[in-house]
Amino acid sequence: MNIHEYQAKNMFRDSGVPVLDGVHCKDVNGALSAYQKLGRGTVAVKSQIHAGGRGKGTLLCPDTGDVQMEGGVKIAFSEHEVEEYARNILGNVLVTKQTGPEGKMVRNLYVEAGCSIAHEYYLAMLVDRSANSLLVMASEQGGVDIEDVAENDPDAIHRIWSEGRNGFTHLQCSELGSALGLVGESCNSFSDLVVNLGGLFIDSDCSMIEINPLVRTVSGGMIALDAKVSFDDNALFRHPEWENVRDLSEEEEIEVRAKETGLSYVKLDGDIGCMVNGAGLAMATMDVIKLYGGEPANFLDVGGGANEDQVTTAFSIILEDPNVKGILVNIFGGIMRCDIIANGIIAAVGKLGLSDPLVVRLAGTNVDEGKAILKNSGLNIHPADSLAEGAEKIVNLIQGGV
Amino acid sequence: MSIWVGEDAKVLIQGVTGRQGTFHGSKMVEYGTDIVGGVTPGKGGMTVSLHDRMVPVYNSMEEAVGETMAEVSVIYVPPPYAGAAIKEAASAFQSVRGGGLVVCITEGIPILDMVDVVNAMASYPDVRLIGPNCPGIITPGSNGGSKIGIMPGHIHRKGRIGIVSKSGTLTYEAVAQTTGIGEGQSTCIGIGGDPVQGTGFIDCLEAFESDPQTEAIVLIGEIGGSAEEEAAEWISANGTKPVVGFVAGSTAPPGKRMGHAGAIISGGKGTAAEKISAFRSAGIHVADDPSVIGQVLADALIEAGLRDS
Repeated sequence: MNIHEYQAKNMFRDSGVPVLDGVHCKDVNGALSAYQKLGRGTVAVKSQIHAGGRGKGTLLCPDTGDVQMEGGVKIAFSEHEVEEYARNILGNVLVTKQTGPEGKMVRNLYVEAGCSIAHEYYLAMLVDRSANSLLVMASEQGGVDIEDVAENDPDAIHRIWSEGRNGFTHLQCSELGSALGLVGESCNSFSDLVVNLGGLFIDSDCSMIEINPLVRTVSGGMIALDAKVSFDDNALFRHPEWENVRDLSEEEEIEVRAKETGLSYVKLDGDIGCMVNGAGLAMATMDVIKLYGGEPANFLDVGGGANEDQVTTAFSIILEDPNVKGILVNIFGGIMRCDIIANGIIAAVGKLGLSDPLVVRLAGTNVDEGKAILKNSGLNIHPADSLAEGAEKIVNLIQGGV
Repeated sequence: MSIWVGEDAKVLIQGVTGRQGTFHGSKMVEYGTDIVGGVTPGKGGMTVSLHDRMVPVYNSMEEAVGETMAEVSVIYVPPPYAGAAIKEAASAFQSVRGGGLVVCITEGIPILDMVDVVNAMASYPDVRLIGPNCPGIITPGSNGGSKIGIMPGHIHRKGRIGIVSKSGTLTYEAVAQTTGIGEGQSTCIGIGGDPVQGTGFIDCLEAFESDPQTEAIVLIGEIGGSAEEEAAEWISANGTKPVVGFVAGSTAPPGKRMGHAGAIISGGKGTAAEKISAFRSAGIHVADDPSVIGQVLADALIEAGLRDS
């Protein structure tokens, strides 16, 4: 789960990670009073969306598609500029290289005080799966794409690892600071910042924190000028407060609904809807559909212990896609019981009135019960015994064959 | 022989009184697994009915291992408590009987909990962890066998093929196909798809390599991470038995955007094409289509002189 920059910065502030003063607002008047509150100096007017590359993005009018403004993050030197930038940002669609061509509607704005920058750095904290520890990656080259640095100048990226789940020590953070060329007060400030960030990462069950840029000011302090925080979804049970920072308008509505029901759904461009248990088998099912000349309309993993309601929801999500001309269900039951899937299919078809061809391949736990339930239902369901047979059948059926 | 789990292994179930624990416990007993007890804190002294067997419930793993001398524990505990359950099992096996195997089926454990668990495992050097978020491990026997996890038992048959996979249901697909060509399995392991986990591909490959019952290996990976590439390197340097490989996700479009730093740590590795090419360079027989894993295996066995047709 991702949060906005202004929300991440509130967490930074509370955890002793230095940030500039700023005000979150949702309309132009709010932006103007934020400007007053921040002392009418130079400010940054920043679009808030869950995607990077905002500064180099383009704002488009949602109705006409006309370019409204280049750049989703602007430096304003006057009240007039604050008003102009806020007007061009709010309610318009920001397209960045991370949003895809459809872009994202900007509904939130952050007006932030300015500072005098001496140098920009990059810093990220994440879990290193191979070392079973937290990892900090930092570079003297901030404000640019870290992929480019990794590709062109890999030695410019410095790393430190934590001892397991414990955070980072001041000693290792100071050494990292020195590796970045920081000295004296700047190095101390950097070390405090990384230690505190480690505490935040662990206490808040983050999966990643990225600060790009992290800046050294002319007076020598270190400040997080940007903030990107992602939480580990698996830890939601111990963080009820995440509900307060969740912005559902930033997430795909259909994927949110799928997730709420315990399903994992990703929409694709083809016409064969798929319902599969297990991510690996779901990917393999897509692979085989394509191999037989079809195109999958989606990835849908019904997960471990689905019930009838989940199967019904899965069907209704698949059928909401107007491109779908047929459905392939592929279940190899382990934790998933085939009889539950079979009852779910019958309930879903009864409720939704399915007219498209449906091929069902069941195998594994309680397979005989499942097959019998489908057979005795009287519904027009095409059974298949193997994945290949199922894929071939559904491809032929929607192409008017068999 | 087989790896890590014998046909007659004595097994405990943590979370035995829960819905999943009881359902899969019954399926395990039905298959022939020797379930000797279960653990649910606060429910010690109860018994649970699993298929045709009444199984005692203990309050703690230490008590359960002490009473039953079980060598394996399988965990169906919900995510908030699963990390603690793994550590409790590892500690009990190490202190009471000097080793054991912990299989964690639970899906959805927070990643920092797993960082903690995997680091704690260093204190229990004779205990192996498989999972979490995995289907488990099975060693089919001549009559029954030991099924430890959630896989459907009836598709397995005792034999000479070792199977290891990240994905649960795709493992079953491979198993069904090896059985379909008249082969059987020595041991099948689902290592799970979580980023921080216990046993990895290479642990399994090493064990299969030195297991006399295993004559060929099926290795099933999926996109993301670099475990498949590392496994291919290991096989290239150490492997002597034929290996059949499949990587799921060839047709998956570039997925949900990973964060910048995540993309770096995998060093640009992670696509199916890269993994398949690493497999081929290591001499692995690659199945391009998951439906032909069985056929590719048959061909590989013929090529190695292990099968006539």
